[in-house]
Amino acid sequence: MPLLEMRNIVKEFPGVRALDGVSFTLDAGEFHSLVGENGAGKSTLMKVLSGVYPAGTFAGEILVDDAARHFRGIRDSEKAGIAIIFQELSLVKELTVGENIFLGREPSRFGVINWSDLYNRATKLLQDLNLPIDPRVKAGSLGIGQQQLVEIAKALSQDAKILVLDEPTAALTESEVETLFGILENLRERGVGMIYISHKLDEVFRMSDRITVLRDGKTVATHIAAATNKNDIIAAMVGREVGDIFPVTTHTHGATALSVTGLTTYSADIADKKLVDNVSFAVKKGEVLGIAGLMGAGRSELLMSIFAAWQGKYTRDIEVDGRPVKINSPSDAIDNGIGFVTEDRKRFGLILEQTIVDNMTLAGLKRLSGRIFTNRTKENHAVAGPMKSLRIKANSPMTVAGTLSGGNQQKIVLGKWLLTNPSVLFLDEPTRGIDVGAKQEIYAEINRLAKAGMAIVLVSSELPEVLGLSDRIIVLHEGRVTGEFNREEATPEKVMAAATGNH
Amino acid sequence: MEEAKTSRINATALRAYIMLAVLGLIWIYFHWATPGNTFLTARNLSNLMTQMSVTGIIAVGMLMVIVSGNIDLSVGSVVGFAGGIAAFLMTTWGFGLPVAIIAAILVGVAVGVFQGALTAYLNIPAFIVTLGGLLAWRGAVKWLLGGNTIPVADETFKAIGNANIPATVGWVLAGIAVLAVIYSAYRRASSVQKYGLGETNYKSELLKAIIPAGAVIAFIAVMNAWQGVPVPVLIMLAVALLGAFLTNSTVFGRYLYAIGGNPDAARLSGINDKRNIVKVYALLGALTGVASLIFTARVGSAAPDAGVLKELDAIAACVIGGASLMGGRGTIFGACLGALIMASLDNGMSLLNVRDFMQDIIKGSILVAAVGLDMVGRRQG
Repeated sequence: MPLLEMRNIVKEFPGVRALDGVSFTLDAGEFHSLVGENGAGKSTLMKVLSGVYPAGTFAGEILVDDAARHFRGIRDSEKAGIAIIFQELSLVKELTVGENIFLGREPSRFGVINWSDLYNRATKLLQDLNLPIDPRVKAGSLGIGQQQLVEIAKALSQDAKILVLDEPTAALTESEVETLFGILENLRERGVGMIYISHKLDEVFRMSDRITVLRDGKTVATHIAAATNKNDIIAAMVGREVGDIFPVTTHTHGATALSVTGLTTYSADIADKKLVDNVSFAVKKGEVLGIAGLMGAGRSELLMSIFAAWQGKYTRDIEVDGRPVKINSPSDAIDNGIGFVTEDRKRFGLILEQTIVDNMTLAGLKRLSGRIFTNRTKENHAVAGPMKSLRIKANSPMTVAGTLSGGNQQKIVLGKWLLTNPSVLFLDEPTRGIDVGAKQEIYAEINRLAKAGMAIVLVSSELPEVLGLSDRIIVLHEGRVTGEFNREEATPEKVMAAATGNH
Repeated sequence: MEEAKTSRINATALRAYIMLAVLGLIWIYFHWATPGNTFLTARNLSNLMTQMSVTGIIAVGMLMVIVSGNIDLSVGSVVGFAGGIAAFLMTTWGFGLPVAIIAAILVGVAVGVFQGALTAYLNIPAFIVTLGGLLAWRGAVKWLLGGNTIPVADETFKAIGNANIPATVGWVLAGIAVLAVIYSAYRRASSVQKYGLGETNYKSELLKAIIPAGAVIAFIAVMNAWQGVPVPVLIMLAVALLGAFLTNSTVFGRYLYAIGGNPDAARLSGINDKRNIVKVYALLGALTGVASLIFTARVGSAAPDAGVLKELDAIAACVIGGASLMGGRGTIFGACLGALIMASLDNGMSLLNVRDFMQDIIKGSILVAAVGLDMVGRRQG
């Protein structure tokens, strides 16, 4: 008898069928991984399971311990013993670890909190998990990895029988990953069923009993982990040969477009903590330079510091086209021909409630419109070109950016920077969270720009992307360069070894 | 093409139409309810417009501050302070009118730059900086005036708040305004052609100019039917036009919407958010200075409590007009309409002899209801 059974789940959004008859089972004490590309439906399935999408908004059945369940909200699913650790941390940073663990369930009498009971229980819980964390410190003072472990402790304090982990290791160091896996092994023995969502196949294979692959909202296959291998899983995930995505292109390189020497970046929050430590590199005209590294390696901080957009301290010497330049603000950087397609388009890239044209002309407004007075017609004329060449699918330039798909939004950010006429273009996670079609169009655009002589610095967490597009790859690990490879010598294994500090 | 345009342009336009309709209903109601049907007379409309001028001028500056994602609670006290300094200069120190006018505006600008800099460069929340300002500048007025009311005798000064412009001048201004409306319609039409964005349709652009042109003529006709356009109303209209132009047609205006809409994205796009925030506060300060002159001139004296609660009237006008206190959204037209609605309520309820406490309760409820309905509409839209 399975602990959890999801039968024929169908979830539709306007115009999209996000889940199309997905079935999934989980046994007690089982470690069941859920893999698939971005947008395959993993998160949607977990939101159905947790009641984020309440019963009635989807078709299909959910059974826990063989009883049909109709969750109207997260509270209901928690009562049924389901706990989800989301990718984004949900701890309240200003509260202590203990307060976080018992948030909403504080041991109290007549509304007065019994603090000693709360902290004693929290201490016991953390000890059981072998976590050397003081429950009286503020959650925000812990590292991301430790916060993640606190979240797990919190889930267990609610007697979770089913634990869902969504990319839990994305922000963890090697040793934190080991601690986490130790805890998960322990939970497996206690009979907790775990659903593990991850892109990291090494971890998936190391821990899983079974692996289910989702693609385009459908269950492609469920394999016993011991009876399959990575290549089969990858093939099932993508449904096509990997090589197809990246047209092999050779770029001819010109003179050095940008060179950065002695770049050191300090944390904005923790004094004297170096996020990037004395990094130097150069990129030539027509070259695509990939910067690889795991989360927290300092890649975005590196780009932000060059662009003078980093909030903390930083030092570096910059030469553009062989002349030393001073860049003290983003507008200096733009004036020196540097463009920056930032990560997280919703936070850093777009003004969601404004139109496509307003967004696309923002960085180059004075040139594309007027120095003091704006000229709408001129702006509409300016964005017509990139809208067409980037194939932004919208009815008109007056469409509000927030109403578009992720792929189109990303193209608007790219278009905004192309309209500043850059000679050096930084791309930070340019394809995160967008569909495969839009990805390929952006890849094609990157190759086209490089061919036209633009120097491109590409930061991406997707290894195939870095390997497929870059002429040269620099690998960062904890703020230092731990590897540099040409296109010919770069392999996923070598890059990953450097990124994890094993070089 | 048409479908996409509904998304923002028409949402804003729809809002404006609804507000105009609400204003129309309020006017019709008051006209019907007042004894002798006095509300919609040239005399009363002239009064009404004069009464809203101080709030309207401040609301224009406030709207821009709100669009940039900030707030200014100190303007009411600055009205008192700047007006107090102007009166003080003219009476106690015997300076002439030009000095007093320049001084009032400069005081407003200086306060704006100071508070804007504290907000932008020291990252003190605007709410706190200007709440401090609300207290401190009110204290400064009381200190300056020693708790007394200073009457101003200068008739030219009083004219700023009380005079009317001659009917002929009114018609000349109307003529200029109508020509400007037609010229801008022509410019819009021809610039479409210049960039090859399709056929130029002069006829439809000119048809669109009929409503604003008609409104200008009707307005002057009504004002001239009483004593001519009041000077404070003329100043308010000039300020509103300037504000509409700044927000719609300048790089500065676009930057304000960007900074309020997403400060991070604006900064990374090379916009100096701090400098623009100081500028917008300076602008609001200047307009507050202008408003303080009208206020003092209308009353004929500077008093320690001059301008009390004006900041809330201005903020309410912006919010009723559709501005978001989160920043990034709002129009000058909406803010002015908001000010007109509030002034109409004041005026109409006074004509109906509604007790002042009831007036406050009704105005407060309408403010909250307006934003509430807006939120419901937004969620469904």
